[in-house]
Amino acid sequence: MQIHDLEKVFLDKIEEEIKIEPRDWMPDAYRKNLVRQISQHAHSEIVGMLPEGNWISRAPSLKRKAILIAKVQDEAGHGLYLYSAAETLGTSREETINDLHSGKAKYSSIFNYPTTSWADMGAIGWLVDGAAIINQVMLCRTSYGPYARAMVRICREESFHQRQGFEILLVLSRGTAEQKAMCQDAINRWWWPSLMMFGPRDGESTHSDQSMKWKIKRMSNDELRQKFIDMIAEQVKVLGMTLPDPDLKWNESRQHYDFGEIDWNEFWNVVKGNGPCNKQRIEARKNAWDEGAWVREAAAAYANKKKLKTNNGLEAA
Amino acid sequence: MMIRITKQYYGDFGESAADVSANAPKEIIQATSNIGHDWPLWEVFIRSKQGLDHKHVGSLHAADAQMAIENARDVYTRRMEGVSIWVVESTYIHASNPDEAESLYDPASDKAYRHPTFYDLPDAVKHM
Repeated sequence: MQIHDLEKVFLDKIEEEIKIEPRDWMPDAYRKNLVRQISQHAHSEIVGMLPEGNWISRAPSLKRKAILIAKVQDEAGHGLYLYSAAETLGTSREETINDLHSGKAKYSSIFNYPTTSWADMGAIGWLVDGAAIINQVMLCRTSYGPYARAMVRICREESFHQRQGFEILLVLSRGTAEQKAMCQDAINRWWWPSLMMFGPRDGESTHSDQSMKWKIKRMSNDELRQKFIDMIAEQVKVLGMTLPDPDLKWNESRQHYDFGEIDWNEFWNVVKGNGPCNKQRIEARKNAWDEGAWVREAAAAYANKKKLKTNNGLEAA
Repeated sequence: MMIRITKQYYGDFGESAADVSANAPKEIIQATSNIGHDWPLWEVFIRSKQGLDHKHVGSLHAADAQMAIENARDVYTRRMEGVSIWVVESTYIHASNPDEAESLYDPASDKAYRHPTFYDLPDAVKHM
């Protein structure tokens, strides 16, 4: 078949909502686009363990500690589902991880903000995971089969993350004056970075058009952001807290909340590596990887030795 | 160093970020690439409860079969999704070629009589 015939078959499948599977023909740009998006999504899960991992030893109760461990473990799992999906496109795991460590690949900028109080664990679960879920629910319908399946699995597990976060804030919001202040402070610090998670405005988002045509993405950045704001603006009332945006107001004619301008300078700055924790996060990742090297080597050596023994045993028999 | 990133958002970052690697300090790249090669890839199949088939759920890297099963337990059964795990090294999976799907499945496409709905029976006939 000629390339343009193959491309037509591919586009027909996209049109008819038939998933693309690893061994199907796909345009190089589609493959490249997916590798970039999926691996960066995977890196976000892995780096996302760091800000929360820091709080496991400082959780205020055994219950909260157990919950936080379970959540961080889920995130490791989610990273794995996504790395596996990226691998089906022909990139090796090692290459993908090296790209994170060398700075070639990016991860979600949200994880470059520091977690300065216990209330941040609540705000991250509610706002950061909440924003991630909005994006991930959409991606359950993405056109690439392995990515969609990974997302379905992740969404199933992720909803507890958001609920436990909201519950942390709910408890604080009903506590002492100091605890209430902690709660409001965490919301103030995490609100705007959470809105930035959806990316630049639609007009400035260069890959979006193609991603929408290929049905990798099914909704635009601004649509997803609006959906998130409408949801959170209602939920914050239950906490008796406020969102740090004086322009946030229900718009009867749009049937959506209007909101203030995002600080795009801050957004681009953090993207470019100048966020409060960019360096620490990558350092922590690289240390974990380097310090675990002997474990990987020992396991490989042990597996090799066992294989040799089995082979020798077979020959002798 | 000029870093040109045209676009970045959650799970979808600008690919011109690739430019960065050329400028990254050499020792970083070396430090992360002298670890050795990936452990083999394994495909994981889980029986969700007694009486059901094992079903493919995903894949993972592991040094050997035992580690693959233990990792599969940690990754794919954290919420009691399984009662039995199979792992097989991915290299031993042989797959049909999607490009040949048409000819491969063609023999089945014109045999409607293999389906019960092909047969018109009077309504009086029950339980058939």
